[in-house]
Amino acid sequence: MWIDYIKIPWKEMKRRKLRSWLTLLGVFIGIAAIVSLISLGQGLENAIEQQFQALGKDKLFISPKGGTFGIGSSVIMTKKDLEVITDVTGIERAAGMTFTLGQIEFNDQVWFPFVSGLPTEPEEMALIGEAQTWKIFKGRNLKKGDKFKALLGFEYTQDKILGKAVEVGDKVLIGGKEFKVVGFIDKIGSPPDDQGVMIPIDAHREIFGKEDEVNFIIAQTKTGEDPATVAEEVKKDLRKHRDVEKGNEDFEIQTPEQFAEAFGEILNIVQIVLIGIAGISLLVGGIGIMNTMYTAVLQRTKEIGILKALGARNSQILTLFLVESGLYGLGGGIVGVTMGIGFAKLTEFVFVLAVGPAFLSVDINPWLISGTLLFSILVGCLSGIAPAWSASKQKPVDSLRYE
Amino acid sequence: MNKKTVIELKNVVKKYFIGEITLEVLRGVNLEINKGEFVVIVGPSGSGKSTLMNQVGVLDVPTSGKILLEGEDISKMTESDLAQLRGKKVGFIFQQFNLIPTLTALENVILPTIFQNVPEEKRTKKALSLLNEVGLGERINHKPNELSGGQQQRVAIARALINDPEIILADEPTGNLDSKSGQQVMDLLAKLHSVEKKTIILITHDIDLVRYAQRTVHLKDGEVVKIEYNHHSKR
Repeated sequence: MWIDYIKIPWKEMKRRKLRSWLTLLGVFIGIAAIVSLISLGQGLENAIEQQFQALGKDKLFISPKGGTFGIGSSVIMTKKDLEVITDVTGIERAAGMTFTLGQIEFNDQVWFPFVSGLPTEPEEMALIGEAQTWKIFKGRNLKKGDKFKALLGFEYTQDKILGKAVEVGDKVLIGGKEFKVVGFIDKIGSPPDDQGVMIPIDAHREIFGKEDEVNFIIAQTKTGEDPATVAEEVKKDLRKHRDVEKGNEDFEIQTPEQFAEAFGEILNIVQIVLIGIAGISLLVGGIGIMNTMYTAVLQRTKEIGILKALGARNSQILTLFLVESGLYGLGGGIVGVTMGIGFAKLTEFVFVLAVGPAFLSVDINPWLISGTLLFSILVGCLSGIAPAWSASKQKPVDSLRYE
Repeated sequence: MNKKTVIELKNVVKKYFIGEITLEVLRGVNLEINKGEFVVIVGPSGSGKSTLMNQVGVLDVPTSGKILLEGEDISKMTESDLAQLRGKKVGFIFQQFNLIPTLTALENVILPTIFQNVPEEKRTKKALSLLNEVGLGERINHKPNELSGGQQQRVAIARALINDPEIILADEPTGNLDSKSGQQVMDLLAKLHSVEKKTIILITHDIDLVRYAQRTVHLKDGEVVKIEYNHHSKR
């Protein structure tokens, strides 16, 4: 009966509890690492994917080359570039924004956040509104006709940046000019965003002297157009307008898909490296099983002889030992999967607590769990092959004599 | 006498090769054991008793010569076939009892059936009745270390009987027991012989046990030196 082939090894494992646990330890560390890394990685990938979904796939993001969103780049793009982009056939509409590292003053304290200048024309606002993934936490969004009004990041609703929480209606100094706070953005999860300041683009140009400049352009492609194809057209026209050679563009065009791909690629590489390391620890765990099994075979030499005297065939001895090493793998797998999920959930919890919910939602995949368990059984069995083989090949006479 | 031969040894030679040295432990043993016979094989240590037992119990194959178990030549069998044959035809009783320490008395008795694929219900029933028979019906769930030597040996006897073998092969079964437990074990063997009609082969250096035998085989220096028939064997 097959159940006997599980019961007998199981009793042997229980007989030497400490050794069994140490063997399991070697396996479950690797398994736990693999499970938590894959769950976390998958969760991160899903979160990023969601962000880009929200962004909308029909958008193009155009910015000067180098720097982030135009900040830190020596290249300057202007309103004229925006016009060129708007004139491309495949483009429905486009809106420009300005960015700068500015100064905010409140409660006699100073902070240097990113200050964004956003268009307040309804159509342009709508375009940016579609591409933005944030929500209003308190107060209202900027609207047409606003000039010295500001929308602040979530962290200003607390006292840690300016020593005192800012309220809707408060007056703050931005770049030395007085602005009235109209609202706050809900928590995003990254400090630069949560400390950001948004003001109407006209006010931004005035204070920071960006008369003609545009730091970031969002363009929407026409329905039915392929964003990648349109992006090429935009590139061509901008090259012509800016008089640069192909391959030497001083601007960048990105589509959400490209963003997602780039992120996904980095994430994959990081995951592969981490899982590779976890794999090495699993290999070490497998060697631990092998070691345990060799010791077990040696210690049970006499018992192997007895079983053979009682009519056990070589294949039956082999099965008994293979099942035992497989059970070590399975046991390590069960503990490891449980701990891995626990660790991933804990990380998620800490992340959400620290930076906000947008970044990570751990994905517990049943395929991952069953796959990992099968894999750990496989590791156990593979590690047990050589010891089990040596057990099965023992001569009954010699084994019986062994003390 | 027109008895059926269960096991027949024809000029069996067993040599061990240890490095350069060749050790000839059995030097051409000829022996026939009949069905239902109680045979005691005696000899001093080093006479080749244990080696002979290994041959008779098909734990090992001879270097030369033939062993026929119910007419079948075992020297031509594969290891697997030998194991299968042992499990079915031979019940072992060892001096060291050789129970599996992780298993209960009941599980130890059932163990040989596992390798013969006996159905669950049948084997448990049989094991329970055997344990009752050896007087251990109350201790079926005890592990070997919770049993006395005599009790362990009786579990071993029940285990030897579970597959209903033709031959019971006992190697110094009383060697590790006090005289009272030893007596109980010998009584059980005698009963198996007289009531169950089992073939009993007892290997010992204890000349005192000869009185149970119908036939005594004296072994010395790897050769059969004398065979005695005892028609007044003590049952």
